Amino acid sequence: MNAHLQTSRMSAVLERTGAWLLAFLWILPLAYALWAAIHPSAYSAHFTLNAPLTLENFVKAWNAAPFSRYFLNTFMLVTMILAAQLVLCTFAAYAFARFKFYGRELAFVLVLLQLMIMPDVLIVENYRTMTAAGIVDTIPAIGLPYMASAFGIFLLRQTFKTVPSELDEAARVEGASPLQVLLKVYVPLAKPIYVAYGLVSISYHWNNFLWPLIITNSVSTRPLTVGLQIFASSDQGIDWSLIAAATLMTSAPLLTAFLLFQRQFVQSFMRAGIR
Amino acid sequence: MSIEDDLLREPSGGHAVAVAFRRSNVVMGARWATHVNGWLLLLPAAVLLVTFTHYPAVATFIGSFFSTPKGARPAVFVGLDNYQAMIEDPIFWQALHNNIIYAVSTIPLTIMLALFMAVAVNAKLVGRSFMRLAFFTPTVLPMIAVANIWLFFYSPGYGLVDQVFNLFGVPAHNWLGDEHTALACLIVVAVWKDAGFFMIFYLAALQQISPNLSEAAALEGTSRWYFFRRVTFPLLMPTTLFVLINAIINSFRLVDHIVVMTRGGPNNTTALLLYYIYEVGFKFWDTAFAATLTVVLLVLLAAMALGQFIFLDRRIHYQ
Repeated sequence: MNAHLQTSRMSAVLERTGAWLLAFLWILPLAYALWAAIHPSAYSAHFTLNAPLTLENFVKAWNAAPFSRYFLNTFMLVTMILAAQLVLCTFAAYAFARFKFYGRELAFVLVLLQLMIMPDVLIVENYRTMTAAGIVDTIPAIGLPYMASAFGIFLLRQTFKTVPSELDEAARVEGASPLQVLLKVYVPLAKPIYVAYGLVSISYHWNNFLWPLIITNSVSTRPLTVGLQIFASSDQGIDWSLIAAATLMTSAPLLTAFLLFQRQFVQSFMRAGIR
Repeated sequence: MSIEDDLLREPSGGHAVAVAFRRSNVVMGARWATHVNGWLLLLPAAVLLVTFTHYPAVATFIGSFFSTPKGARPAVFVGLDNYQAMIEDPIFWQALHNNIIYAVSTIPLTIMLALFMAVAVNAKLVGRSFMRLAFFTPTVLPMIAVANIWLFFYSPGYGLVDQVFNLFGVPAHNWLGDEHTALACLIVVAVWKDAGFFMIFYLAALQQISPNLSEAAALEGTSRWYFFRRVTFPLLMPTTLFVLINAIINSFRLVDHIVVMTRGGPNNTTALLLYYIYEVGFKFWDTAFAATLTVVLLVLLAAMALGQFIFLDRRIHYQ
């Protein structure tokens, strides 16, 4: 009994130490980026307590590349995608949840296909389509493949299905059109799901890289991720302090939002994942 | 469920026939409206989905049987030539091999760590809110940004990894420049990025497990490890399957860190399938060959989709 208690206590200590060690390792890259960004370059790989503090790296990085334009591009991109997704996915989800139209099951399977075969892997053909449409190197071209999101349709359909049909019928008896029912009954009830989906979508497209890299080639369209990569890989010589400062800058809006609304974020990702 | 169900419920009584006749017209109208409204609502999303998912998937397949158009020369039908070239292309095999190694090592590591994190955060440990923060933060950071930080960690001599190893007398090493360590370095980054994301699904599942179970087990004197193995882990099985599918997709979908850290090198040891497609399609501009490679990726993903349908069936039994 005593030995048993001892081993279980030991495993508890082991678990706690392991968890702490892991948490330390996981925060280390961010902690390092912060260190390098707020100290002069000479200290970027040299860790002492008396290193002087500076904000100069941020200023230098900001001036070394058109980051303000990149911020604007990312902001427009993310807003455009989210707005389109909300409208398109709401309509489609409503159709799947409450209309028994011809071919509904087949259409739904075809929609779900996008969960596996994502635009991320269809880069070659989508680039050809954008060329044919003459919209290569525009912000809409970055967003278009993502606007009809199978994930959003699926998530909202599941939510709409849980709305009691009595509410729906009551509204219709009072003479509301299908569209009014959607806006007055379904959308308000799905508000937490909209928040969850919105947060997931914003973080996904704020961070998206490969497709924007391919489809853009000028300052006026490049999002932050592509701009950061061009900045970090340019021939100016590797200055880790500058790169760290630029890295923090580009992640700052999402990171701050996350730190402020941590619970909301975690719950949103959870809601969006559990279907 | 909707109006039509309501209308279909026939009243029983003397006028049933007359009423039924009158209603059938209404029903026809309502049905017709249902079909039209349903399709109208779906239409905008359907157009975009077909244009950017279904059409390109089919076009990729067709394109793999044609040559790459060059200058004034249009694409011509070449049958299986591209596939022949692919089978003879050692880099394709290497990329596939790399991707399998990458997936097979990233996925179990990520899942185990995610599970451990969830258990730790769920227990009443000191500093659990800090832990949750630390574990989840990589999820919201752009891969492209953090890959730059990791690039510094791995830099030979003064990078953090070498500085730490130096304390133990291990000589400096070019981690990303060495064919034997480069892929492992990328695997570490991928695990670091995803484990916290998957943690939250386990966390959600853990919170649904009744505390009565662990209390009962504690009364019986069951060890925590035994309880985890025989009770918690089986109960988490649906979550594990969900996480597994997503982890597999991620291992074929995300190559941002490769662009930043190794560009597929050294000697193609870190070229994953999608990265190779990107290189062939947008650096060598051999679009037909890139399409052929994409077909392989699509077949892999389709196989996974099939797996998920089976898995979705299974999940229903758990709930």
